[in-house]
Amino acid sequence: MPEPARALPQPTPETQHFWDGTREGELRLQRCDACGKVYFPPRPFCPTCASRKVSVFKASGKATLWSYVIHHRPVPGFTPPYAIAVVQLAEGPRMMTNIVECPQTPEALVLDMPLEVGFEKQNDNITLPLFRPAKG
Amino acid sequence: MRRKTVAIVGAAETTRLGVIPDVSQIQLHADAALNAMADAGLRPKDIDGVATAGETPVQIAHYLGITPTWVDGTSVGGCSFMIHVRHAAAAIEAGLAKTILITHGESGRSRVGNPSRSVPPSSLQGQFEQPYGPMGPPSLFTVPVLRYMKTYGVTEQQIAQVCVVQREWAGKNPRATFRNPITTDDVLNSRMIAWPFRLLMCCLVTDGGGALILTSADRATSFPRKPVYILGTGESAETPMVSQMEDFTSSRAFRVAGPTAFREAGIAHKDVDHLMIYDAFAHLPIYGLEDLGFLPRGEAASFIAERNTAPGGKLPLNTNGGGLSYMHSGMYGMYALQESVRQMRGIAPAQVDDAKISVCHGVGGMFAASGTIVFSNEAP
Repeated sequence: MPEPARALPQPTPETQHFWDGTREGELRLQRCDACGKVYFPPRPFCPTCASRKVSVFKASGKATLWSYVIHHRPVPGFTPPYAIAVVQLAEGPRMMTNIVECPQTPEALVLDMPLEVGFEKQNDNITLPLFRPAKG
Repeated sequence: MRRKTVAIVGAAETTRLGVIPDVSQIQLHADAALNAMADAGLRPKDIDGVATAGETPVQIAHYLGITPTWVDGTSVGGCSFMIHVRHAAAAIEAGLAKTILITHGESGRSRVGNPSRSVPPSSLQGQFEQPYGPMGPPSLFTVPVLRYMKTYGVTEQQIAQVCVVQREWAGKNPRATFRNPITTDDVLNSRMIAWPFRLLMCCLVTDGGGALILTSADRATSFPRKPVYILGTGESAETPMVSQMEDFTSSRAFRVAGPTAFREAGIAHKDVDHLMIYDAFAHLPIYGLEDLGFLPRGEAASFIAERNTAPGGKLPLNTNGGGLSYMHSGMYGMYALQESVRQMRGIAPAQVDDAKISVCHGVGGMFAASGTIVFSNEAP
């Protein structure tokens, strides 16, 4: 029997560019052409100034560890304990993710540690952006 | 606008609280509503406004035999009932209804007739939070807390003290689910759920309900119970995604709803005799005390640990034992309101002597929304 899989996103027309990006190994954010605000999650207008003139761009993939919990209960697709984290992206927005290639312990997961994005393919349509300790 | 014209004239919880596998969710609404109507000496034909969350106001009106001229189905999580009180007060002032019933019922533990609340995978939460392994509030509502702890140097022991103090209050309440005293070590040694949160830092999951009946203050004195006046109200919303909170150490929705209610009531913090802050998890009273302006940022954990909110302390907080020890069906706000009303009526099991003003502050979702009510037992 296959392992139960983790919950996967179902892209909408307004978020498709993000999931196209992760599939191609890019973390794509949006920037308002009018006021310059970088924002997340995706939507085709600026949540700060309401302009519809917005651009998609490739983010650096650099981030720091903003906050997290280490979950100890079973969830399909995960082996507890595992961290559910929020990272602070270099471009400004924050996003939820998992931290990989790192022990899932309070000692190893230190707030503000530098991270970099990696991409984990789930199926032909969905690749998730996960973060690992920065190497450089 | 300063609101002084509406009062609570009926208030009751379900006949039983806790584990109620023989009653469905809508009947929990009805049981609470019937108890509240009996409390106010009213029948369904006397009610002309219905507000509820979890079920729709149409279901509740039909089930109870009410013909409403006003309905409100605001459903923003556990503080929906604070917001219903606010909307009901405005509706009564505007003449849209005269006598409004607000109901809550939730088969949170037994899950009898309780629709599932799964997250659609196409929603923003479904796309940008659920894939990373959260399972409900214990693994999401808790995510901001490490940032708070690092910012203000707050310890796990201090957070555990919130649970210890609230259990002391629960010990004074015969209807509380958990009443035995606990220690900080008991909390820290309880089963790990989502580090740094242990089982005893998380709310109960129980079955129950509650209902309120509101009318204009000029009619309120002709009811059997002592009226509880609504002095001020506030509400706000921030984000359905806890990961997108502006500030992980503070709730924007709290910072809007709380001060709005205080301003409308025309009260200062020193006027508050009794306080309820919705405690789905142990950090909520800490965030609430600071965001409502009772304490500067970073000082609430030590304020609680130093027993200022404990029995005998200067600011009695969560005197029913809270969601951590009294009961928590899923949308706890109704039980916080019930305790404020009991305190203002002077009939609470852990009655605060001479309490004249009670503030009741609720959260919805995971810092998603907020509602605050200022009550008084003195006619404005």
